Amino acid sequence: MAKVVFKLGDDISTDIIYPGRFMATVLPSETPQYAFADNADFNAKVRKKEFAPGSVIVAGKNFGCGSSREQAASCLKGPDFVVVARNFARIFLQNSINLGLKMVICPDIEANEADELEIGAERVVNKSSGKSFAVTPLPKARQAIIDAGGLIPFTRKRMEEGKKNQLG
Amino acid sequence: MAMTMVEKILAKACDQKSVKVGDVLEPRVDLAMSHENGALVINQFQEIYKDTGLDARVWDPKKIAIIFDHRVPAESSKTAGNQKKIRDFVRRQGISRFHDIRGDEGGICHQILPESGYVLPGQVVVGTDSHTTSHGALGAFAFGIGATEMASVWALGQILNVEVPATIKVSVSGTFPKFVLPKDLILFLIGQLSAEGANFKVIEFHGPAIKKMSTSGRLVICNMTVEAGATSGIVPPDEETLRYLKEEAGVKGKVETMAPDADAVYDREITIDAGALVPQIACPHTVDNVKPINQVAGKKIDQIVIGSCTNGRLDDLAVAAKILKGKKVAAGTRMLVFPASARIFLQALKAGYIADLMEAGAVVMNTGCGPCLGVHQGALADGDVALATTNRNFKGRMGNPNAEVYLCSPAVAAFSAISGVISDPRQGGK
Repeated sequence: MAKVVFKLGDDISTDIIYPGRFMATVLPSETPQYAFADNADFNAKVRKKEFAPGSVIVAGKNFGCGSSREQAASCLKGPDFVVVARNFARIFLQNSINLGLKMVICPDIEANEADELEIGAERVVNKSSGKSFAVTPLPKARQAIIDAGGLIPFTRKRMEEGKKNQLG
Repeated sequence: MAMTMVEKILAKACDQKSVKVGDVLEPRVDLAMSHENGALVINQFQEIYKDTGLDARVWDPKKIAIIFDHRVPAESSKTAGNQKKIRDFVRRQGISRFHDIRGDEGGICHQILPESGYVLPGQVVVGTDSHTTSHGALGAFAFGIGATEMASVWALGQILNVEVPATIKVSVSGTFPKFVLPKDLILFLIGQLSAEGANFKVIEFHGPAIKKMSTSGRLVICNMTVEAGATSGIVPPDEETLRYLKEEAGVKGKVETMAPDADAVYDREITIDAGALVPQIACPHTVDNVKPINQVAGKKIDQIVIGSCTNGRLDDLAVAAKILKGKKVAAGTRMLVFPASARIFLQALKAGYIADLMEAGAVVMNTGCGPCLGVHQGALADGDVALATTNRNFKGRMGNPNAEVYLCSPAVAAFSAISGVISDPRQGGK
């Protein structure tokens, strides 16, 4: 079970998730302090680590549109949020996969703040409303990166295979 | 099998005869571009090699381009530190396509790449910037990626797990009316498609109005395809592409070109008559909130901005300078201009455009990303309204979530500067 701690609408841009003026901060260990920096209440709670790991952000369509800044994914990965959205913008989706940020594509999701969700591979069940919603699985190619633990280990594996081929 | 432009490019980059939508590929990369976020790429690149015993060398230092543009000159010691770290890395790795903060060869990455001849038709170009879509203007498959993805490219020279995207074909007929520009075409299209209408897809541009369009205009339309969610925009290369590469980008020798097959399969086809277009305005706070200018004309503007990777090129500055020559920016309105590259700045100086703009009251800033993303000068006050030729109007984009940003062409921006309100250039700015 996971609690919805933040509910957002459609087209939440990376400028909202991680405002451009904080882009000089790049390290994943340092970015969470600026998550949703223009929302003073939510940001303060992130800074005070008030959210349990696995807390859910629910959003509408096109979450993470706009800039390719990876800080928008790493700032949510740090506090171990799960993002459940109707769909995601391409670069944000890829960045999340590469960094291991948990996200769920759930085209019909309906949930409000404080709702408890049960997130499975095929369905998200909103325990508070009793409704259940289908999950769109990630394309196979992307799942391979998640299974490897992110793009860094996935790339490392690829380099080792390359080295073996050269030796062989 | 019949293929679109991007399918052909990906097939070539994977040594395959053909590819189809949904195939998962690992294409070779011809050019890998980063800006100041190269600092994060370096961090992730070193992470890949940590404890492997392998030497952390990039796959090909000649195929990496790094351009400082987002925060130039550095606005803080933190940025200066990042830039220094990148400079050291560039030197150690022997990366040659490096554009530091300079008045002769600096600029915004999406202008430096084309004008330096770094991008050629048929290439696979990736950049750690969402507006990397711009380079489809030269017939390349160019798209934005994150920093960790770039670190992987630096290590392997390939980009892993690329799914062949579906393509939307947009055919543009007719002739643009006076004061209706490529920016109006792309804003109109984004309004039609919505902010996610082209998500995971490519937009391929065709038609007589595209044929007649300069490379500068094609860079505008491809640049903003990402605002409809597109992976990339692309214009099949033609005589204009070859002219630009030879005359403006200094590319020597024969340039190979390719065209999509006549019977290629498209996800959908859209036709637009350029002759029927009117100036378009993207209203706060999403780029797809597009309205014809008559619906927002008269809106009071506090700050006009002309520049960026979208509309900071010589023809944009020329349009603005001709409109503002001998006129004045309205009292109570500020006007900022930032050219897309040092080369363009110098050309505009020699052509007298910079003098025309300054005498009208515009502040001409150094080249760079400047006010567009709200990190470096030109921030807005609470309640301020900006009218900009840039590419995004998201809440907080120009440094303040309590301000509004409207997007438009350079003609609309220049006319509106004189009146201080959003004004239709076709009506003489009244």
